[in-house]
Amino acid sequence: MQALTNRSKAVSRKPMSFMEKLYIPAIVKGMAITFSHIFKKQPTIRYPEQTRPFSPVFRGLHVLNRDEEGRENCTACGLCAVACPAEAITMEAAERLPGEENLYREEKYAAKYEINMLRCIFCGLCEEACPKDAIYLSETFAPANFTRKGFIYGKEDLLIPDPKTEPEAYAKARGKDAPTTAN
Amino acid sequence: MNLLLAIDWALLIEKLILIAIIVFASLGIALYTTFAERKVAAVLQDRPGPNRAGPFGLFQPFADGLKLIMKEEIIPNTANKSLFILGPGLAMTAALMSCAVIPWSSHIELFDRSIDLQIADINIGILYVFGVVSMGVYGIMIGGWASNNKFSLMAALRGASQAISYELAMGLALIAVLMISGSLSLKTIVEQQMGPGQLWNVAYQPLGFLIFFICAMAECNRTPFDLPEAENELNFGYHQEYSSMKLGFYLFSEYINMIMSSAIMACLFFGGYDIPFLNESTLAPNVAAILGVLALLTKIAIFIFVFMWIRWTIPRFRYDQLMNLGWKTLIPLALVNMLATGAVILWHQG
Repeated sequence: MQALTNRSKAVSRKPMSFMEKLYIPAIVKGMAITFSHIFKKQPTIRYPEQTRPFSPVFRGLHVLNRDEEGRENCTACGLCAVACPAEAITMEAAERLPGEENLYREEKYAAKYEINMLRCIFCGLCEEACPKDAIYLSETFAPANFTRKGFIYGKEDLLIPDPKTEPEAYAKARGKDAPTTAN
Repeated sequence: MNLLLAIDWALLIEKLILIAIIVFASLGIALYTTFAERKVAAVLQDRPGPNRAGPFGLFQPFADGLKLIMKEEIIPNTANKSLFILGPGLAMTAALMSCAVIPWSSHIELFDRSIDLQIADINIGILYVFGVVSMGVYGIMIGGWASNNKFSLMAALRGASQAISYELAMGLALIAVLMISGSLSLKTIVEQQMGPGQLWNVAYQPLGFLIFFICAMAECNRTPFDLPEAENELNFGYHQEYSSMKLGFYLFSEYINMIMSSAIMACLFFGGYDIPFLNESTLAPNVAAILGVLALLTKIAIFIFVFMWIRWTIPRFRYDQLMNLGWKTLIPLALVNMLATGAVILWHQG
């Protein structure tokens, strides 16, 4: 029969020599191998203290963006919910009242904005669909939770901290690879 | 009343305290042996091992113990209830009983009394150890039988036949040592090795030690002889139906067995509490005693490491290989070793 590759090796069927039958040299050899592994470098990443670096295009948990003055970008147009292939996004729109100009950038805003993280597939289509740069995916992923309800993230979970009142938290939430300007 | 006065109360209290210390120390060491097992396994496999509970994961054994206690206690419907409960208790008792004759060190002087650091220096010490170790197999047998489960029963059968086969070779290897020392008392055997110009018994009995070591591994059901609890063919073997602290007792007794067989090997072949290249009689007795305990513990730790190292290197034997090794290799070798030792002793005597 013709061999498919040239990598095949003939199996040696010759009887074991006396030294091989003793097994002890082979056992000592094996134990030397395991012992040498004590000094090997461990590839383990000690997770909560150490994290693996993500690529700059990593698509993690969603963030609802604010502009430089701390106003919400989202106008509740619903394009993200339409774009979402997993139908994870729901929202309710509301009209901005006089005196709320420092809270919402435009006349319409999202009164309720929910993303079901169990449905979300982190494809990033909502980010692409958004005309106001109001939603983008950050570099963290959704932490574990005890209930299904806990995975439905509301506005309070998604909204980025106010850059005016909490600039440090804002910078941290934006991450180093976030777009530098609003719009 | 006279009878009560006749009892040496000080001796009784002294021994009770010694028993308490040794039993709790053995349990504590066994607790940390489980931790050491996981750490050694991890390090040999390029992993960090348990490191979450406390600094360097040092509280891990307590977390494990607590978990075992909190687990639901299940006794199968068809199990023989009294035997099912007796099994792990017997395994634990047999494991702990052998620590009674191990000489942990020479003697310390406290309150004008000379206290031997050995619970009982009986003149048939090593025979006692053999008797107790053989009882350990009842723990496995009864546990496997009472579970009323075919896998547990098979494992119990394997365990019993393994223990019987390897005890023979172990006893024969031991006879050669006893021929050299001429005593069955562990303390005498250790003190003979301590004398000036005396070598450890392993220098006279290297083959005997190797046979004894292999048999000890088989008696402790350690890999490569862990057939009674083969995970992948017998679903953890004889303790398959056990849960909660009953399972903990089985696992624990295995580690205590390991410590005790390490201690016995250290006493028989490696000079017990003898510190190499040091004449203990030049030291103050209390210092010598404490250093002796440390020396014995170091030897035990080295043996335990070797046990673990072997476990994470060598795969399990097949059943026929196990029996071949025991009956066709170790017993003839031990017999030859015994005869050769006898011949050399006769030749020396003239």
